[in-house]
Amino acid sequence: MPEPLLSIEGLTKTFHVAKSASGNTRLKALDGISLSVGRGETLGLVGESGCGKSTLARTLMMLETPDEGTVSFEGTNPFGLKGKELLAWRRRVQMVFQDPFASLNARMSAGDIIAEPWTTHRSLYPTSRERDERVQELLQMVGLRASDARKSPQEFSGGQRQRIGIARALALKPDVIILDEPVSALDLSVQAQVLNLLNELQKELGVSYIFISHDLTVVRHVADRVAVMYLGRIIETGETEEVFDHPRHPYTAALMSASPKLDVTGAKRDRIVLQGELPSPLDPPSGCRFRTRCWKAQDICAEVAPEPQVLTAPDGRRHLAECHFPLDTIKGLTGAPAATANAL
Amino acid sequence: MKTAADPSTRQNPQGSAGPAGAQAHDVVLQVSDLAVDIRTHRGTVRAVNSVGFEARAGETLALLGESGCGKSMTAKALAGIMDPVCDLADGRIVLNGTDLAALTPKERLKFAGPELGIVFQDALTALNPVYTVGTQLGEAFRIHRGLNAKQARAEAIDLMKRVGIPEPESRVNSYPHQFSGGMRQRILIAMAVALNPRLLIADEPTTALDVTVQAQIMQLLRKLREEGQMAVILITHDLAVVAEEADSVAVMYAGNVVESGPVAEVFADPRHPYTKGLLESVPVHLERGDQLKSIPGSPPELHDIPSGCVYQSRCPMVQDICRAERPALRPAGRRRTPSGTATAAADPEQTTSAGTNDGGATVRPVRTAACHFSEEITNA
Repeated sequence: MPEPLLSIEGLTKTFHVAKSASGNTRLKALDGISLSVGRGETLGLVGESGCGKSTLARTLMMLETPDEGTVSFEGTNPFGLKGKELLAWRRRVQMVFQDPFASLNARMSAGDIIAEPWTTHRSLYPTSRERDERVQELLQMVGLRASDARKSPQEFSGGQRQRIGIARALALKPDVIILDEPVSALDLSVQAQVLNLLNELQKELGVSYIFISHDLTVVRHVADRVAVMYLGRIIETGETEEVFDHPRHPYTAALMSASPKLDVTGAKRDRIVLQGELPSPLDPPSGCRFRTRCWKAQDICAEVAPEPQVLTAPDGRRHLAECHFPLDTIKGLTGAPAATANAL
Repeated sequence: MKTAADPSTRQNPQGSAGPAGAQAHDVVLQVSDLAVDIRTHRGTVRAVNSVGFEARAGETLALLGESGCGKSMTAKALAGIMDPVCDLADGRIVLNGTDLAALTPKERLKFAGPELGIVFQDALTALNPVYTVGTQLGEAFRIHRGLNAKQARAEAIDLMKRVGIPEPESRVNSYPHQFSGGMRQRILIAMAVALNPRLLIADEPTTALDVTVQAQIMQLLRKLREEGQMAVILITHDLAVVAEEADSVAVMYAGNVVESGPVAEVFADPRHPYTKGLLESVPVHLERGDQLKSIPGSPPELHDIPSGCVYQSRCPMVQDICRAERPALRPAGRRRTPSGTATAAADPEQTTSAGTNDGGATVRPVRTAACHFSEEITNA
């Protein structure tokens, strides 16, 4: 794994909300999240709606302050920074949003949208001539024409708008880009174009991606490592092929099984159709959070929350999962408590 | 109009217990030359252009296409619920021997419910927030069967059981916002199948849902289709959903059907470059990080659909004839002719077999494609 650029440990975020049915007012959106992202690496983040993916993204953008846990970006904690140092840090983590129709200001031209970050980070391109040149470079970099700078967002298609959003994120030369469902609003044929663009940019610029998506096929294609979230916790993480081919947590297996496959041979596969829906994060189940929908659940699952374990197959491949009864698709699986959740 | 089957017979799986005389694989709906115009400030545009397909009892037909291709407009035209700015310009919509397109709106109302049901994408906007789900579910029974409020409520509870909503007796008095997204979708499905229609149109029924819930909803639709021997038209942009759920598929692009046929054959051996391009855009069977084969450009605006082939601007095989002449949908089963379609393939006039339910002898749909060079497409 490349040298971690960004690592977080035990991140917890609780929101206070109006009273729920059970009288609980605390919503634990993140409950002890630990993960790391290496330089030039893509981390895929998957999970159902309401599992805390977006809260995690917002916390990494410093739009939310965590209650507990540490964020370390090349060794420094961004939440301890102030003034110029904070500004310098903010430049390094940028975001691309899901809906390209809502995330661009309709009253600004494409060029102004891309150049807007430089009004805050003035030192990057101090003269207007430099800024104009850079806007044109960025437009070309994302596959648009330099002359498109004068057009307004309405004149672009969804895929082209998402390219503008990517150019805006790249404007500050960030080290990490958080991509929150970047292609889910796009049509399939355009989705492939944007995925190719993201891939090329990463090769060219060495930028790291945190790729949030519910589309497992896409995540499998882009991510080096993947983390699966359920109700505010990462329940399984590891290298993409490892997690997809040998899921250890029943939820991961069910998620893979539920997502439709483009298999034209017509072979019928055994599907795991989970019963019920994601429980409310206001009243998460005791013990293991997945137990209410899990077909392997036993008494212990209701009593004791499983700790993260490093699960090692006989051939040495391993990944991290939180389950009392991990799926043993390979005989001879051994588990050991993980010292830290970033043990891999 | 036929009387709907007694609720007690619904429980019989598969058999002939469905609506009167519905045999598996009978053609329930036959659409031909369907055309829809939209009146806009910039003039009238054709959103759906000579679309034809057929739906069979107990089978699922997928209308597949990207946003703006006219698939939802087609669904609305079938159900007779088009926006006021849209006109049905041409075409026949033959449902069980009746041409819906020739009926007055008032006559058509009688078909909405007992013959044809529709499930919308966004359950929260499709349900009325100020009425309980019980009232909304019971409405069909009160209007079409003249039941009183109490009887309708009992039917509503029955329906909720049928679509797998827990504790229907107490939840029948809840309002839509008190249900989760998956449960709301179940309620919508319950409304659509309340009167055991012959035809169920499902317009992106799972797009707003998580995959685990999507799997549940698809399972439910399959179950209801089997029980009632309904013909299902599934409208979707998701190739994988089509591969898993549908028997046949009609691929739409810029208001036109560009290819149709049995799903397994179309996906294994596409005969239109657009279908082929779509299939290649899905990142499967690829090494991570490999370049995806994307389709360049984007679909044409409805205002300037080219006069020749609708796909010409994005097609890798485009030639002069494609710019001059729009290819008609014609049989494209050259390589693999499924039994029963051999004659159809020889007769270019017979695009989607006109063979209907005379004594149950039905001709399977042939493969068709609207491309001048469909024979030259190579599929590795």
